[in-house]
Amino acid sequence: MAETVLEIENLVKNFGALRATDGVSLDLRQGEIHALIGPNGAGKSTLIHQICGTLKPDQGNIRFSGQDITALGVAERARLGLGRTFQVSSIAPEFSALRNVMLAVQAKQGTSFRFFTPVMRDRSLTEPAMAMLERVGLAARADIPAAELSHGERRQLEIAIALALESRAFLLDEPMAGMGPEGSKALTGFLDGLRHEAPILLVEHDMDAVFALADRISVLVYGKIITTGTVDEIRRDPAVRSAYLGDHA
Amino acid sequence: MTLSRETLINLILIVLLAAVPFVALGIGQPFYITLATRIAILALAAVGLNLVLGLGGLVSFGHAAFFGIGGYVAGILAAHASSGEALMFGLAGSDQMPVIWLVTLIVCGIVGLAIGAVSLRTSGVYFIMITLAFSQMIYYFAVSWPAYGGEDGLSILVRNRFPGVNSMKPISYFLICLGMLIAGLGLFSLIRASRFGAALQAARQNAVRVAAVGISPYPIRLAAFTLSGMITGVAGALYADLNRFASPSMISWHMSGELIVLIVLGGTGRLFGPVAGAMLYVVFEFALGGLTERWQFFLGLILLAVVLFARGGLLGLLAGKARHG
Amino acid sequence: MTIALAIEQLLNGLQLGVMLFLMAAGLTLIFGVMGLINLAHGSLYMVGAFACATIAAWTGSFWLGLVASLAAAAAAGAIIELTVIRRLYDRDHLDQVLATFALILIFSEGTRWIFGSFPLYLDIPPLLQGAVALPGGAEYPLYRLAIIAVGAAVAIGLYLLISKTRLGMRIRAGESDREMIGALGVDIRTLYTIVFALGSALAGFAGAMVGALQSVQVGMGEPVLILAFVVIVIGGIGSIKGALIGAILVGVVDTLGRFLLPQILAILLPPAQAGLMGGALASMLIYIVMAVILAVKPRGLFTAHG
Repeated sequence: MAETVLEIENLVKNFGALRATDGVSLDLRQGEIHALIGPNGAGKSTLIHQICGTLKPDQGNIRFSGQDITALGVAERARLGLGRTFQVSSIAPEFSALRNVMLAVQAKQGTSFRFFTPVMRDRSLTEPAMAMLERVGLAARADIPAAELSHGERRQLEIAIALALESRAFLLDEPMAGMGPEGSKALTGFLDGLRHEAPILLVEHDMDAVFALADRISVLVYGKIITTGTVDEIRRDPAVRSAYLGDHA
Repeated sequence: MTLSRETLINLILIVLLAAVPFVALGIGQPFYITLATRIAILALAAVGLNLVLGLGGLVSFGHAAFFGIGGYVAGILAAHASSGEALMFGLAGSDQMPVIWLVTLIVCGIVGLAIGAVSLRTSGVYFIMITLAFSQMIYYFAVSWPAYGGEDGLSILVRNRFPGVNSMKPISYFLICLGMLIAGLGLFSLIRASRFGAALQAARQNAVRVAAVGISPYPIRLAAFTLSGMITGVAGALYADLNRFASPSMISWHMSGELIVLIVLGGTGRLFGPVAGAMLYVVFEFALGGLTERWQFFLGLILLAVVLFARGGLLGLLAGKARHG
Repeated sequence: MTIALAIEQLLNGLQLGVMLFLMAAGLTLIFGVMGLINLAHGSLYMVGAFACATIAAWTGSFWLGLVASLAAAAAAGAIIELTVIRRLYDRDHLDQVLATFALILIFSEGTRWIFGSFPLYLDIPPLLQGAVALPGGAEYPLYRLAIIAVGAAVAIGLYLLISKTRLGMRIRAGESDREMIGALGVDIRTLYTIVFALGSALAGFAGAMVGALQSVQVGMGEPVLILAFVVIVIGGIGSIKGALIGAILVGVVDTLGRFLLPQILAILLPPAQAGLMGGALASMLIYIVMAVILAVKPRGLFTAHG
């Protein structure tokens, strides 16, 4: 079996009387795309927040590359190689697409306390950043302020940023959201290849994309994972059909 | 490479500022030299603030603390140099500007680190009020500590000295201040273009994103706050030497407000915003002050109009919207 | 003797705290409901004091002056809300700071224009002159006790207003969800004007009452404003309860610090030096308290929301 990169163990998070995460255990193995699906309000966002570090779980722990990261902050987890995209695009709006990626390259190099060298003349920043933009097909838009990019382009930019971090695992929060059919198709193809660089935990509503991409699928309902399995197993699972796919079946 | 419109305007501004004292000498109106020196010093103070306010988006309402500390460092070192009394730990005073500036940098660096460490744990309105409160604390300390003049302030009998220059000559002192302003602008421009500047500006635009790529905004902001206080502090030392007086009013919250006003009048986050703002402000003060005793009333009205209707300041008006590479 | 002195100092601290509460309640209410930071709140305090002093001098009645202070500050508040402040709700904090800073310049210089540079004086009304005997043999001015009582009454009144009335319900709704209150069909613009005028009236009222203890002059509101900022930062911005507790804390700590620190230091240092050090330290004390509280709870003692 492939090596486990990210391992979540018995995670619990309460908001007052509401148990938003109820003993979730989940793992992500080298080379796979593991999709996390579930109806609205199932607690996917809460779970993502705990994995990337914006929320602290009440119980349980999270291991990443063999290290316990439960107590670490967002920036520390990112430095260890946990790359993420956001449900709503999160970029520095005044910076150009290129500078957004350059920031990630700089972060990866761990050199934010340099005061005197202009970044735009620093080829150790511009070249890798440009290469990432080329990979996601955004090179032609490198100089455009991120605020002026289209919705789909911002999604691509976020992925370029995650790539630049040379992450050891990707956490992609609804990357297909708001993309047209063309864009979704292109992105699906791209993610398909990406899994060989680093495994992907994919939270996604677009079932076509999930069924096309996922090696394994976990179904989250009311804060609990009701089942984990391959695409075929999930399609056939009666519990999933009633809880989640009920209206499609 | 062609000059951008903003660069051209910047050049014109600095040449204009540099030319005023010489014209003033030529027409026998040395008073204008003092005016130009005041502009250069206030601009330098605002360049410091612009680092946190413009690049970092952190509205510090307490930068008068650094301005005042710089002033008092100049005053206290000069007082001990002239009396010959040791300062503390057996250290002597000094009437040499470079020494004074160095001490100012150290003291403001320490104070900036301390104030920043507490204030930057918060954000938004909390940050505004806390920086204000800390500068007020230093103000009350200066007022209630009688050893160095208390409420009356501290006179500097003879302007401190600069090696090889007669600093008592107004034009020489202006050139010293102009040199410091240009050095400050150079530093600001380097920092803005650097990796540190990139992280600082990105943290203003989207702190969540910055953390998500693995850069913690807090240490970046703390370093910027400290640097910023150090620059404003040196301006304070120059200001005390200009007036030959360090007064508690340099630490008052009006001063903090004025520094913010300078930046916004000129154009927030722009390299020459503080210069344009200081020129406008001092000229307003001088022109309105010549017309009416109540000039602050009209300054208030103008400021209100700028905030409500003319965002982007003078440079926004002249050079268009700011662009980030 | 010492106990009487201590009680006296404690009451002085309480009186300062009560005044700070009147200022801080308005500030924190305005921030909580409209998200606005208002530096000109101290100007409204000054407007109240000047209105009270002027009307009291005219009519000979402090009580009419007090009514005038409420009316003048509320009116001034409503006018600046309608002309300036409401344009600032959607702006960032920097714009709010600048515009209200500009208002301070206009108010201060305008007041100097109308009333001149000399301070006005306001007498304590005959009814409240004199002193009350305290346990331990000392006497305490009746007027200061009255201020404490009035402050307590206002605190209760505000509590009832916000928890029991229709206006209070709307204010609470405005604090938690601005869209929802629009959906409820409440006219937000009017609500905002009312809240701003209410906060202004509280500030003006405080200014008028303090005016009889100190002189009435331009700039009198600014030290109080900054203390009120410290209060709401400690108490948690947006929380009236936090403002009350923060105000009493700041009032008592500041007053007792000025009284006790020189005495404590006198144990360790020669008296002259102890006096100096103690005075200087006491003036910094509340800011140090604030820093310590923030180091532990960066959003204040009582966080209103979020």
